[in-house]
Amino acid sequence: MSTDRRPRRGLARRLLATRLADHLTAPHGVDRFLEQLDPLLTVHQVRGVVSEVVHETGAASTVVLAPNDAWTGFRPGQHVQFGVEVDGKRRVRVFSVSSSTARDDGRFSVTVKAHDDGYVSQYLHREMAPGTVVYLSEAEGEFVLPEEVPGGLLLLSGGSGITPVMSMLLSLRDAGHTRPVTFLHYARSADDEIFRGALDEVVATCPWATVRRVYTREPGAGDLQGRFTTAHLDLLGIDPATTPTWACGPAGLIETVRKTYAEAGAEQMLAVEYFKVPKVDLDAADATGTLSLDSAGLDVPNDGRTILEQAEEAGLTPEFGCRMGICHKCTVKKKHGAVRNVLSGEVRADTDEDIRICINKPVGDVCVAL
Amino acid sequence: MLTTLLNIGKGPVPSASDHDERPRPLVSETDPERRATVGLDRLTYEQLDELAVELDAIRQRVLDDLGQEDADYIRRVVKVQSGLEIAGRALMFLPFIPPAWLAGVASLSLSKILDNMEIGHNVMHGQYDWMNDPALNSKQFEWDIVGPAAGWKMTHNYEHHTFTNIHGKDRDIGYGLVRIDEDQPWHPVYLANPVLAFGLMFIFEWGVMLHDLELDKLQSGEETWEQVKARNAGTLRKIRRQVVKDYVLFPALTGPFFLSTLAGNFSANIVRNIWAFNVIFCGHFPADVETFSEESAENESRGQWYLRQVLGSANISGSKVFHILTGNLSHQIEHHLFPDIPSRRYPQIAPEIREICDRYGLTYNTGSLGKQIGSVAKKLFTLGLPPRKDAAATPAAARRDDDLAA
Ligand SMILES: Cc1cc2nc3c(=O)[nH]c(=O)nc-3n(C[C@H](O)[C@H](O)[C@H](O)COP(=O)(O)OP(=O)(O)OC[C@H]3O[C@@H](n4cnc5c(N)ncnc54)[C@H](O)[C@@H]3O)c2cc1C
Ligand code: FES
Repeated sequence: MSTDRRPRRGLARRLLATRLADHLTAPHGVDRFLEQLDPLLTVHQVRGVVSEVVHETGAASTVVLAPNDAWTGFRPGQHVQFGVEVDGKRRVRVFSVSSSTARDDGRFSVTVKAHDDGYVSQYLHREMAPGTVVYLSEAEGEFVLPEEVPGGLLLLSGGSGITPVMSMLLSLRDAGHTRPVTFLHYARSADDEIFRGALDEVVATCPWATVRRVYTREPGAGDLQGRFTTAHLDLLGIDPATTPTWACGPAGLIETVRKTYAEAGAEQMLAVEYFKVPKVDLDAADATGTLSLDSAGLDVPNDGRTILEQAEEAGLTPEFGCRMGICHKCTVKKKHGAVRNVLSGEVRADTDEDIRICINKPVGDVCVAL
Repeated sequence: MLTTLLNIGKGPVPSASDHDERPRPLVSETDPERRATVGLDRLTYEQLDELAVELDAIRQRVLDDLGQEDADYIRRVVKVQSGLEIAGRALMFLPFIPPAWLAGVASLSLSKILDNMEIGHNVMHGQYDWMNDPALNSKQFEWDIVGPAAGWKMTHNYEHHTFTNIHGKDRDIGYGLVRIDEDQPWHPVYLANPVLAFGLMFIFEWGVMLHDLELDKLQSGEETWEQVKARNAGTLRKIRRQVVKDYVLFPALTGPFFLSTLAGNFSANIVRNIWAFNVIFCGHFPADVETFSEESAENESRGQWYLRQVLGSANISGSKVFHILTGNLSHQIEHHLFPDIPSRRYPQIAPEIREICDRYGLTYNTGSLGKQIGSVAKKLFTLGLPPRKDAAATPAAARRDDDLAA
């Protein structure tokens, strides 16, 4: 599923986006001049203006954005880099798009849970006002539905992890999808449930959708009881081996889901998304070998954490941005050795490959150009 | 105390834009225990430590205070610069109205001056990295000048700012072209000192670009030709872009006025060259600015590093607009003490720095542009002549060390 609802550009804007315009405005580029008139006039940089902020619960808000014409649309499940400037400083976080691809005004929304000591999430929830300019990226991420959407799929989420799968559900509905979908969501309580109203509406209007809500801290209230277990899938009549599944939520939930699918030999049916880099197990058996920081001429014993953390511990200050595998600012060359991606679990052992050190940990001896 | 202050030389060679935060002192390879002698003719080790504490406190206070006003300021400068650039380019289409061409050259010259100095130089020092805006980030910024940002950040941010005025380490002493300090050995070539400097003034941007190529590393055997080529890979591309823009594309766009536009763009580049040359030569070369020997600075403390920055720099007095057009390099002393603090802060802290210098008996070298240029010119003339025998026998840096030993 995908969309490109970009309004067609007029001739002037198309000329401004050419390489000739770039050469004429070198070295700064054409956007540097356009933004002097209006920050939304940029032809390359994606920006948007906040059109509405909706409080979903006491601790979550939806921010609706009108992007400029550099935005090329999104696939449900993707996220955007979202930068706000407060007191002269831009802070960038990543949020999944929570709206349907079918909005005909070209807008999209993100929905944010305010963490107690979270800077940006609290700012969005409490202070963000319509009219604010937001610095965006194109939509990114592989946690998406395929072009040909299969039947019998499961969308599973916990807490604020509902956002990308909600976008999938709403987009399917608006695209006229009619094959069965199970939507299984875990919230602490009904009051904490972010899209209660929207889900109720889906229940009322979409016979093909089975919506099941579980309130982990309100025994007796939801459709099922307690935290996610394999038994919940059994109760819903879901067989992991035959159910394409998209899951997003806290690391604990995702780990349990992963184990369940692994035990059923159904790993390939499962796609997952993390909002936060899962804590790496310090006692992991593969925390062996030596991490060589080549440019610094340092060797440190591998302690099982990410390469970024270990390099910092050794006194280096590698560049980083998001620390969660999104922005690629921390990319360095791995000269040799094997690393495990802590998000996907994938192990890569090529020589001279670029890796993001914030989400990779060494497996045995590794040498990086740091 | 001293050991904690000295604890700043650990780790790998810092990247060009990180170094400002923790300048790396020279470390003696033969004698790690020896203490640097820089500044001992004026202050004791204890006083030098106190100086470091006072200056560190000012630095921290300003850093803690950075915010919206600083962001607004640099964005305002960018806005003015962008406007001047557009006006300058547009006026070139009207050369048949006599003052339009001149006004175009003036606009474009000012645009290039602001771009290179108050914006480029300062952004590339990381003064606005805290804003986290890619357009104002030291790692990403590129300026309107032929030399690419990367080479300049290496020779200027790292080498010149870390090893300020240390012979054999700071390649900015005379730019390998002129003799501007008594401790540079004399050579008959320097008879042409004033002519060389005068010539350099007009082609300054090309001089800076050549300087940043660091071709001398090839001569000294420090790098192979392959290494020199790899390090400077971006330079040809940058030159091509600049030349095509100013001397092909914009002239062509103005059609029948090709030549007048080309001449206008050329003039703007020359005006910028003359201005930048003068400001920069006044930063470190006026009389009484001190240079240092490598041994005297080995294993220096933070206080000694600070002292070297004060004594090795000179300010230029002037109006607010003048300061902005120099990129606040007219506050060279404050800039050298705190290279990564936004330049608009330098005038604000200058009275305090001056008071500290007075209290510690350190010369705070300042004067009008005329006075500083005069002083540099005089040195260019006198140092171009062969040194008198007695003075040549004992270079100034050695003399200072002897005084100490005595
Ligand atoms: C691919 C992806 C998609 C995301 N989509 C969404 C989304 O749709 N909605 C949403 O609300 N968030 C989403 N996030 C999380 C979001 O990017 C921020 O991390 C989160 O909003 C906290 O930012 P902050 O500035 O408020 O907190 P910060 O000021 O950065 O951190 C403050 C404190 O919060 C903790 N913290 C940070 N992130 C999390 C987290 N995700 N969970 C729990 N504690 C955390 C930190 O450890 C710290 O103690 C997503 C993250 C990723 C990687
Ligand atoms: S820090 Fe952003 S990808 Fe690693």
